[in-house]
Amino acid sequence: MNASAHPLHLPKADAPAVSLRDVTRRFSGRSVLGPVSLDFAAGEFVALIGKSGSGKSTLLRAIAGLDDGVEGDGTLTVPADRSVLFQDSRLLPWKSVLQNVVFGLHAADSNARGRQALADVGLSGREDAWPNALSGGEQQRVALARSLVRQPRLLLADEPFGALDALTRIRMHDLLFRLIRQHRPTVLLVTHDVDEAIKLADRVLVIDEGRITLDQPVSLAHPRARHPGFAALRGELLAALGVTDPI
Amino acid sequence: MSDQSHALIATAYSVPFAAIAGVPAQAHPAPPAQGKLPKLAPGRLPTGAILLGPVALVVLWELASLTGWLSPKFLAAPSTAVFTGFELLQSGTLADHFLASAGRAYLGLGIGVAIGLLLALASGLSRIGEASIDGLVQIKRAIPTLALIPLAILWLGIGEGMKVALIASSVFVPIYINTHAALRGIDIRHVELARSVGLTRSAFLREVALPGALPGFFTGLRLAVTTCWTALVVLEQINTSQGIGYLMNRARDYGQTDIIVVGLAIYAVLGLGSDFAVRFWERKTLSYRKALAS
Repeated sequence: MNASAHPLHLPKADAPAVSLRDVTRRFSGRSVLGPVSLDFAAGEFVALIGKSGSGKSTLLRAIAGLDDGVEGDGTLTVPADRSVLFQDSRLLPWKSVLQNVVFGLHAADSNARGRQALADVGLSGREDAWPNALSGGEQQRVALARSLVRQPRLLLADEPFGALDALTRIRMHDLLFRLIRQHRPTVLLVTHDVDEAIKLADRVLVIDEGRITLDQPVSLAHPRARHPGFAALRGELLAALGVTDPI
Repeated sequence: MSDQSHALIATAYSVPFAAIAGVPAQAHPAPPAQGKLPKLAPGRLPTGAILLGPVALVVLWELASLTGWLSPKFLAAPSTAVFTGFELLQSGTLADHFLASAGRAYLGLGIGVAIGLLLALASGLSRIGEASIDGLVQIKRAIPTLALIPLAILWLGIGEGMKVALIASSVFVPIYINTHAALRGIDIRHVELARSVGLTRSAFLREVALPGALPGFFTGLRLAVTTCWTALVVLEQINTSQGIGYLMNRARDYGQTDIIVVGLAIYAVLGLGSDFAVRFWERKTLSYRKALAS
């Protein structure tokens, strides 16, 4: 069951949390990724932006080890305790909110940790609700609680706020930013929202046609939305994505 | 490029603007009520309204019998059938026949559901299972149960065993088809999630595959409870002196259309009752779905 076409290695102590060497992926012979070589430091928040079809989700899925059956080569060194936050909440409709949060978690204090994780995302009191009774934003908060209750060393988020309305998305940015600071996992956030990337990340990668075309550290002080450097960086990243002179 | 798109937008908007400016308001089709849009889809029925058709049929039928237009030789009046049914009930005859039928039907149902479920699990959860089972069931599905009667009699005789076996063999098909389809159609996103949280295979079956297949199983069960009674009618024409089917066949020999109507009414009540019971169970088990409506 765990046999995978692409073996994932475990990082050594003091080594980068995530390390990719010459990683490539092909769909029916057509190259969609790479070769990509990258290192993420422990606790680093990396945003990966790119157009549709640029290979950003392929890269995330490769790191998550969710791409069995896809052709490709390269070496990936990835922590075993990693969580994936998907674009859809992927809650199991037949499990209560709390059961969804602790899904697959085997610890004596699972439920206590699950309740705490729900409290962290502002959903105390909804433990016994069915997922279907929750709004889209609430469902995604449950998914966030499910990712973080495991206290992963690596959080892989695949456009996690892409399906949410603009206001809910802003609240989710604040929530994610606050919660990430508690445990400091390494984060890879795949997004097509340049503002989201600048607001949250320590480092922004731009991917185009399967290759990293820009690797940009972000050193602006938080909060960044009104930072004078924000607009310049936004213009630079949009230019890297092929959008010039935005209104 | 941008000038062109502005021009396009201007053209697109100019038409309705001109229409509003140039045409008096009366020229618009009048709205059906003040500020209300027409209802395009029919609304929900009030409780009990679904009985309109059946009640109307019984009233017409009774009237036709009363006026002599419908001969009792052709079809007994509903009132006669109710009277006959009551008499049969009082003498205890009906209860005996009913219990004999119900025993066969539900024994066959139980065995058929168990077989269907086991085969569906074996076929839905393993490739070797699917390769060896699915084709056989599809062939079995194409053969009408009644066509199996001659062989079943040769193998199992003409007793109860043959009847129960044939009921089971017709019941397991809808259970298998629907449960198997639900297992195969399991949401790939849920599989991915289970992998990403490191679920074992047995935990995956317990927590994802089986709960996910439950709605399919219930669909199969609703079909199965009516199938088991359908198969029974024919089977109770063979070597038996008890059962609703036997009662009706004997009534045919004597031209007692009232008893035939009683038998039909019992089948209708049993079919509806079984379906209602399964739906009630389904609603309780799949209560998480109700949240959708709230």
